[in-house]
Amino acid sequence: MESLSLNLALYSPEIILSITLGFVLIVQMISQSRLFTFLTALVGLMVSAGATLAIKSFSPQFFFANQLSHDPFSLFFKLFFIIATFFTFLFSYRSYEIDEERGAEFYLLTLAVTIGMCTLVASINLLTLYLSLELVSIVSYALAGFRKEHPASNEAAIKYLLYGAFASGTMLWGLSLLYGFTGSLNIYSINATLSTASLNPLALYSMVLMVLFGFGFKITSVPFHMWAPDVYHGAPTPTAAFFTVAPKAAGFAIFIRFFYSVFANNSGLPDQWITLPHVDWAFLMAILSAVTMTLGNLSALWQKNAKRMLAYSSIAHAGYMLMGFIVLSKEGLVSILFYLVVYFFMNFGAFFVVGLLANKTKNEDISGFKGLGWTSPLVAFSMAVFLFSLTGIPPFAGFIGKVYLFSALVQKEIYWLLVVAILNTVISLYYYTYIVREMFLVKPVNSDKALVLSPLHVFTLILLVIPTFIFGLYWEPLFKYVSNSLQFIVIP
Amino acid sequence: MTYLGFIREHLLTWIVFLPVVGMAVVLFLPKEKAGLIRWTSAFFTLLSFLASLELCWAFDRSEAGLQFVEKMAWIPTFNIHYYVGCDGLSITMILLTTLLSFLCIFASWSIKEGVKGYFLMFLLLEAGMLGVFVSLDFFLFYVFWELMLLPMYFLIGIWGGPKKEYAAIKFFLYTLFGSVLMLVVMLAFYFYSEPHTFDLLELARPQILKIKDLNIFGIALTIVEFRRVLFILLFIGFAIKVPIFPFHTWLPLAHVEAPTPVSVILAGVLLKMGAYGLLRISFPILPQETYWFSYALALLGLVNIIYGAFCAMAQITLPQDRGGNDWKKLIAYSSINHMGYVLLGMAVFTTEGINGAVFQMFNHGLTTAMLFLLVGVVYDRVHHRKLDGFGGLGVQVPIYTGLVALASFASLGLPGLSSFISEALVFLGSFKVYPSITILATLGIVINAAFFLWALQKIFLGPLNAQYKNLAEVNFRELFTLVPLSVLILFFGVYPMPVLNLMKATLDRLLTLLQAA
Repeated sequence: MESLSLNLALYSPEIILSITLGFVLIVQMISQSRLFTFLTALVGLMVSAGATLAIKSFSPQFFFANQLSHDPFSLFFKLFFIIATFFTFLFSYRSYEIDEERGAEFYLLTLAVTIGMCTLVASINLLTLYLSLELVSIVSYALAGFRKEHPASNEAAIKYLLYGAFASGTMLWGLSLLYGFTGSLNIYSINATLSTASLNPLALYSMVLMVLFGFGFKITSVPFHMWAPDVYHGAPTPTAAFFTVAPKAAGFAIFIRFFYSVFANNSGLPDQWITLPHVDWAFLMAILSAVTMTLGNLSALWQKNAKRMLAYSSIAHAGYMLMGFIVLSKEGLVSILFYLVVYFFMNFGAFFVVGLLANKTKNEDISGFKGLGWTSPLVAFSMAVFLFSLTGIPPFAGFIGKVYLFSALVQKEIYWLLVVAILNTVISLYYYTYIVREMFLVKPVNSDKALVLSPLHVFTLILLVIPTFIFGLYWEPLFKYVSNSLQFIVIP
Repeated sequence: MTYLGFIREHLLTWIVFLPVVGMAVVLFLPKEKAGLIRWTSAFFTLLSFLASLELCWAFDRSEAGLQFVEKMAWIPTFNIHYYVGCDGLSITMILLTTLLSFLCIFASWSIKEGVKGYFLMFLLLEAGMLGVFVSLDFFLFYVFWELMLLPMYFLIGIWGGPKKEYAAIKFFLYTLFGSVLMLVVMLAFYFYSEPHTFDLLELARPQILKIKDLNIFGIALTIVEFRRVLFILLFIGFAIKVPIFPFHTWLPLAHVEAPTPVSVILAGVLLKMGAYGLLRISFPILPQETYWFSYALALLGLVNIIYGAFCAMAQITLPQDRGGNDWKKLIAYSSINHMGYVLLGMAVFTTEGINGAVFQMFNHGLTTAMLFLLVGVVYDRVHHRKLDGFGGLGVQVPIYTGLVALASFASLGLPGLSSFISEALVFLGSFKVYPSITILATLGIVINAAFFLWALQKIFLGPLNAQYKNLAEVNFRELFTLVPLSVLILFFGVYPMPVLNLMKATLDRLLTLLQAA
């Protein structure tokens, strides 16, 4: 049957990831070698990335009985997740938090999350959507508690589990209400019914809020963010880096797909949307965006632990990205996607340096950065690049990302949010430079030794720094790619 | 000869990016070879300076528009160009920047720690500053404008004085705040212009900005009000850099804590950027708003003049524990005073006023740079800057005394020295328009004279402080940095036409544009 093979072909990245997952276990059992397991995981990811690129040639379509959608939007995110996972594995290599003999477990869990995310971004059916979201969540709980011996890690896992269960329960309720009102699980049919039938605005609003709970939890938007600092802090650093980037991006992806397909309609102009009548969720999200970035930044100001500080900063960045979400235009969505890419490099990079340092000091206190600029200039320089980029200072990529987000707001003349955002940028400079200050302005104590880096670590670091630079100076190709990836509405 | 032709065609690019090439070279030098690093940096700043002399030589003085223009698409989807050029306004600033940077390399000889990092940052700073002065694309301008902040933060923060960390972060926060306001205006200009553009010349064409009424939370802004809001936002961005009165508090701190060469660059070049930005961006693009704001600008200029002068005076009258008695701080506050003349000259829209203002920017760069260098000379020897901690040095170090006297006299506007001309021009221009403000502003000159003379008296006259019996005279390296500045100050004091000719045509055209508004 040709259609089955076509369906399987379109699903090949996930299938390859599943096979890799199995192979990782087998290789670990047979070879007992960490290196081989590691290489197996990396090769699997590369093949999967290749498959993602290869299936680009198929025209956009629905597959697996209209459960999943094959479109540039989902392919973009699949590639994003695979690359993020790849870097997470590079990061985890020789990390003090991942035990030598439990490497395979770590790869297995992370790959399972990746499969979940890849399916999630493609789903257009409430059932698939919920299942894949749960796959991401449940495995994430296990990953957060990966350091069994460490109390903070256990706390993270249990907190994540409780919050997560509550969030997905609420969301499930919202989804079932949607189903009840419209009688359909397909997001496009739901949208069709919602836009024609006149529903009680209160009922509609409560559905939006309940669904928002689930997605807001994933992207760590205030007020659903409480779990994030503890979880990011308690989880092993490679996982924390992974959490702040990949599931957050997955959250944004499905958030965009769901809200723009279900609760919004094309406004008649190309690439412009309007919300459903009576449900001005865009304004609600604008307020959440302002609150999220402000709260994230203000909380980050007081942190003494680098991982916790970056956790709060990642909440603030979710707030920034929401700015692109509320403008209801293609420019806004493109700016989110663009920001996610640069955010990946800079945020992951910052976590990576924290992890490298923690391998030596066995904790993540900011005081551990003292004099790093004098003992290990390369690492400190990279960290400074990541932090300045997170602040949004040219010539680094973070600046360009912010410019696109801001310009989406200017275009729609939402100046109040813009003012909040620029004040936040200034606040954030203070705590980002706090680490820079410790690294460069404070002289090292005589006993401080340079960090010992393996060539793989140096290589990874450079792989992260260079894009942070390049996309700050020449981002035209990336922007074009991202712009072309924003085609997710396929009329059935 | 084709090589020379190639260089000539891209002269501005060479000027801006030669320091970057220098950075790349220094990066690969071993960090133990301090001497080699210094001379390499000196070599590349010299090249940049020579290129700017060539620019000056080839510059057509009768042409009011832009010359040496280079334009290349950078990000076509956002309509951003690598677009540089220079006119009479920017060429003086380019010359000042390359000259001071070159001299400051030699004033940096006393930096002993982290030499490599220091010179890397210094070269980056020079490239950033030059980039600001040549950019004609707002986006490019913004990138260079921000690019300067990073090296400046490190230069103050790592190699600065006792309160360096606080000074560095304060400088950074203040200027970033100003920049993000500018960013908002930049994006607004882009989206309101038809067709969307960052090109500063395009934006300056009348009718290109199609600004609409705006309604924010029930506050209705008409077109006129909205344009004024944009002007004010942009103005604050530049005012922080100038600095204009309520935004000035970062300046004394940063100037005092920074190492000598960095203070020189701060006072000599960075302060000019605010005024340059106003003249390059605010004035041509929003002329009606400039006209509307001009009285306030003149008043702010007056406040700067009087306030700066009194603060500088307080350095003499207040004891150290109340924040006084610091020679470097005195000069820092006198900069606030001098930038007041620039503002006053810009606010009146007369030929004398605006020429005086830009010439004052140039002169202030020379005199204040020289004063900071001189403070650095004595600080390197005695490691303090207390005004009442010296006494009678005139006998011990006569050459040094002569140089300080020259710089101080120039700074207080003694006839025959360059600042006199520019201040006189400013007053001539402003008296016609705002006589009362001008009369009050001349009070600033009197206070200016008072504190400079008082400081000279405290340091150099009277009986020699026994501690300094063996104080060494300025050495050859220091003279090398000081003599060119003194010569220029004397020369332009007698014959200012070379500089005035450079900028006249451009400023006249700007003035016509403003008077039409």
